[in-house]
Amino acid sequence: MPRFKAGNTRAKNPVKTFKRLFAMVFKEHKIVLCVVLVSIFLVAFATSYFSTFMQSIIDDYISPLIGNPNPDYAPLMHAIMSFLIIIVCCQVIPQYIQQRIMIKVSQGAMLTMRKNMFRKLESLPISYFDRHQHGETMSRFSNDTDTLNQMMSQALVQVISASITIVFLFCTMLMNNIILSLVVVFFIFLMFRATGIVAGRSGRYFAVQQGDLANVNGFIEEMMNGQKVIKVFTHEEESKKDFDALNDKLNESMSKANTYANAMGPVSANMSNLQYVSLVLIGSLVTILTPSYTVGALAAFLLLSRSLSNSVSQIAQQSNSILLALAGAERIFELLDEESEVDDGYVTLVNAKIENGEIVESSERTGFWAWKHPHTDGSKTTYVPLKGDIVMDHVDFGYVPDKTVLHDISLYAKPGQKIAFVGATGAGKTTITNLLNRFYDIQDGKIRFDGININKIKKADLRHSLGMILQDTNLFTGTIRENIRFGRLDATDEEVEKAAKLANAHEFIMRMPNGYDTMITNNGEGLSQGQRQLLSIARAAVADPPVMVMDEATSSIDTHTEALVQAGMDRIMENRTVFVIAHRLSTVRNSNAIMVLDHGKIIERGDHDSLIEEKGTYYRLYTGAFELE
Amino acid sequence: MLKDLASRIREYKKEAILTPLLMVGEVFMEVLIPALMAQIIDIGVSQGNISYTVKMSIILVLCAFASMFFGVLGAKTASVASSGFARNLRHDLYYKIEDFSFSNIDSFSTSSLITRLTTDVQNVQMAFQMVIRMFVRSPIMFLFAIFMVAKNGGSVMFIYIVAVPILAAGIFFMMSKAHPKFEKAFKSYDGLNRVVGENLNGIRTVKAYVREDEETEKFDESATQIYNNFVSAQRIMALSQPMMSAVMYLCIVAVCYVGARLINNGHMTTGQLMSIFTYNAQILMSLIMIGMFMVMVTIARASAERIMEVLETEPDMAINEDGEKSVKDGSIEFDHVTFGYKKGTAVLEDINLKIKSGMMVGILGPTGSGKSTLISLIARLYDVTEGRVMVGGRDVRDYNLKALRDEVSVVLQKNQLFTGSVKENLRWGNKDASDEEIVKVCKIAAADSFIAPLKEGYDSHVEQGGTNFSGGQRQRLCIARALLKHPKILIMDDSTSAVDTATDSQIRAALKNDVKDLTKIIIAQRISSVQDADMIIMMNDGRIEDVGTHDELLMRNKNYQGLYNTQTKAKEA
Repeated sequence: MPRFKAGNTRAKNPVKTFKRLFAMVFKEHKIVLCVVLVSIFLVAFATSYFSTFMQSIIDDYISPLIGNPNPDYAPLMHAIMSFLIIIVCCQVIPQYIQQRIMIKVSQGAMLTMRKNMFRKLESLPISYFDRHQHGETMSRFSNDTDTLNQMMSQALVQVISASITIVFLFCTMLMNNIILSLVVVFFIFLMFRATGIVAGRSGRYFAVQQGDLANVNGFIEEMMNGQKVIKVFTHEEESKKDFDALNDKLNESMSKANTYANAMGPVSANMSNLQYVSLVLIGSLVTILTPSYTVGALAAFLLLSRSLSNSVSQIAQQSNSILLALAGAERIFELLDEESEVDDGYVTLVNAKIENGEIVESSERTGFWAWKHPHTDGSKTTYVPLKGDIVMDHVDFGYVPDKTVLHDISLYAKPGQKIAFVGATGAGKTTITNLLNRFYDIQDGKIRFDGININKIKKADLRHSLGMILQDTNLFTGTIRENIRFGRLDATDEEVEKAAKLANAHEFIMRMPNGYDTMITNNGEGLSQGQRQLLSIARAAVADPPVMVMDEATSSIDTHTEALVQAGMDRIMENRTVFVIAHRLSTVRNSNAIMVLDHGKIIERGDHDSLIEEKGTYYRLYTGAFELE
Repeated sequence: MLKDLASRIREYKKEAILTPLLMVGEVFMEVLIPALMAQIIDIGVSQGNISYTVKMSIILVLCAFASMFFGVLGAKTASVASSGFARNLRHDLYYKIEDFSFSNIDSFSTSSLITRLTTDVQNVQMAFQMVIRMFVRSPIMFLFAIFMVAKNGGSVMFIYIVAVPILAAGIFFMMSKAHPKFEKAFKSYDGLNRVVGENLNGIRTVKAYVREDEETEKFDESATQIYNNFVSAQRIMALSQPMMSAVMYLCIVAVCYVGARLINNGHMTTGQLMSIFTYNAQILMSLIMIGMFMVMVTIARASAERIMEVLETEPDMAINEDGEKSVKDGSIEFDHVTFGYKKGTAVLEDINLKIKSGMMVGILGPTGSGKSTLISLIARLYDVTEGRVMVGGRDVRDYNLKALRDEVSVVLQKNQLFTGSVKENLRWGNKDASDEEIVKVCKIAAADSFIAPLKEGYDSHVEQGGTNFSGGQRQRLCIARALLKHPKILIMDDSTSAVDTATDSQIRAALKNDVKDLTKIIIAQRISSVQDADMIIMMNDGRIEDVGTHDELLMRNKNYQGLYNTQTKAKEA
């Protein structure tokens, strides 16, 4: 039973992704990366230098001493000391510098990456969030960034430095002996083949394992959350059985994936042992046939060959994790390449005052707002007072282009009027309200705010002038005060309290241990549904917009709180243009106009009395003949 | 703790024991090979002894194959043992949690149970694999290598007597400095995940109030914190490689110098000197491995403790396998029942109540008055502190728990649907239910009306948590699921709150007419939901305040009158 989609474990285009990643990091750190490259070269040089040094130390310093009754150790001492100095300068110090730089570079790159991702996330249109599950987006920020981090801080440098080391070592080998070098080439080829096969298997099973792991974890999450339902239905045995099946499957793929991953080390290590034996055999032949080739030279070659196979197996072992990280990076880039919400509005909301009978812009907060409308034809800027007059004119809309869900919607709301939407689930009530603040853009027709086409209004200003009370209240980690102030950041403490009082939330807030400074965690853990709604109303009250969109809550709250919520909502509706998705008959009844929606069309409209008289759908809804949900 | 954990290796014991043995074999070969190599150079190559070289080469090839054999087989047994161990741990944990009672579940939070089953098990698995592979491998490698150095180099040994403690101290210093910093760094992920999670859930709120910039600021703060923590932790670790190199080369230089003297007076050969260089690397590497291993075990220890905490919890309600299996009828009696979730704090006090089989009973009362608690005692979700609850004339504790819960069907307040089809979800109630039966209960629960028109009808997919259905639809599906059990008692804990009043009354009418023998208990907020019940219980502050029919209560109960007035007024406003 496939429950969750496992992400792609293989990158579609690793080279392109790598280039882009590299360009991103390189652009920011050109100079230091050059330093790193130099130090990698130095370290590679030191590694091959070490082998040649071993040759000369044995041939030139130690062998001549054999059997010498009066050995002079001074030249040896001298050689060792210069070796040490070179090693410290070319390996120890560059290694440290390189590590320190790479920490800054890789962590810095992760920081930029995360920041860019979040900025992108905040800029995405609502439709993105409809299309993608939260868990999926979440794992861009956690898993994918983590593997990328691993690669940036370790694998990448290792592979680059191993590659350069290989080149260095091989050049030294060529200078040492060409025949033996060819043997080494043969073995490198063999080693890459062998580890390639093992890594390939491991990778394949790893992909399976990731899928199985996602299934097990998904199952666990679902069942742990539904544990009480399981108990009530005595469903324990079935759920155990289902779990066992998934668990066994995971065990199988996991042990296979791990087997191949663990086998990589022994396979490559012993390939290098075989290479060693071959070199010894061929090497001794060479020493016998060419007297100029010394034992010391052969010993040095053998040492070189060991370092070389170390580097080769390092590349083989890291290559898998690099590919994995690139797959993650590709998914991150996909997110970064998502189309942001476009905002080409140029009409802005400004503080204004009236001077000589004309509206002029003011730099202070006057409490009087106006739309600043610079005209494209170059004539002078006009100011229109913000009133809250909304007109929808023959609006068509669909979430996907070829499937219209709203057909030819026309309606108007004069400042201070209340418009109610009623209709069954899926009739399009929420959709209409989401068009007003441009969560989605309409396909055809026009929406006007105070006579201005909302497409011309800057989105931020449009949304500032529209209050939203959604059915589900989202609270954020922080104090209650901060959560209310979410509505308007420059609200004073008094204004926050005033809004809470208006929304009927003040009373329960004062009963909390720290009043307005009580911390809210986990989307309001410990608060009741009703209390959360009261906070949401207070938040809208502090924003004090001229137009309000409300989705009345249907969830269960106790009668006392419900009365508070209703009173709060009613109070905040006063003196505003209000669009309400109504579930309460009281709200519906005193609306200036009621729109009855069905399958994306307004099928009836009018005030309560006229609709009752019509004896149509509204009448049947009202009299309870069918459901109002 | 370790003993208990180890006992859960079970069928993978063979692999778990075999792995270290194979590792010993591999290490032995790994140490032997450089020694053989030294001999080839000294005797074979230096002296031009071809036949010796060939002979030794063959031995070396065999050793290499043996080493590969041990290594690969060890890789397999280690993987099988560690994945198997993890499988058993997950299995044991899951089974244990399934046997938990409600109060057991209450004492662990859901998210903590999930972490224990996932992350913690993975940590322990990693550490276990490390233990069986490295715990034996590294120390043995270390000892073998030291031994070989002593054998080949004699007094060269003294270099390591100085170097090893210095490196060990260095490693210990670094690990103990870096470890807490890494822990802090990993913790700082929580903050980041929280901001992302909150924004994903509340994106509409964020956008509606144009708070993108402020949220971005919050995010940047967490991201920068992660950056700072990781940089400071890794800075310490950055010392490790250069330190290792420095110690390694210092040792090599010292070996050269001392070795030259030994070679000069004939106590050592060039080949032996060469082999010491290999052992040099092995000694130092195994020290590093031991250090890493220590860190892994420390991390896993905390996880192992969290796992054991679950495994050591005893389910505080037994299944009562031999208990009575049939419930006579749907009558319920509370006899001087007192109950508290925690000792000393009673949520229900001295409840006395008699409900006849087939009655429809409504329960009203403010939040926290004990309504949900009261009904949870009937299905024996919790055990009473004092007194007794009787179902079908017998104490609930006398029944086989499964039998009792099959007859007492509860629709919980926080109800849940699971990934699968509509039909699969409904069959939770009764896995053998026929399609006709399913349609029948769905009609009673007013669910057929929205399932039937779906393109795939009863085979439509239900997403995790049932998010592709509206709140009211989910509630109706949950009621249908509970009905499918054909219970004698049906308890609905505020189960129609998101259902409109018309459908609500339609469901109640169907319950009344179609399943007459069923005892129905309905907790509600609205009077309209219980108005036509045979009996209405008013709860207040853990006590029964009043019991009666709608008319009786309307006449004599002030609170009921108040409730009635506000609710009907709201309707007419």
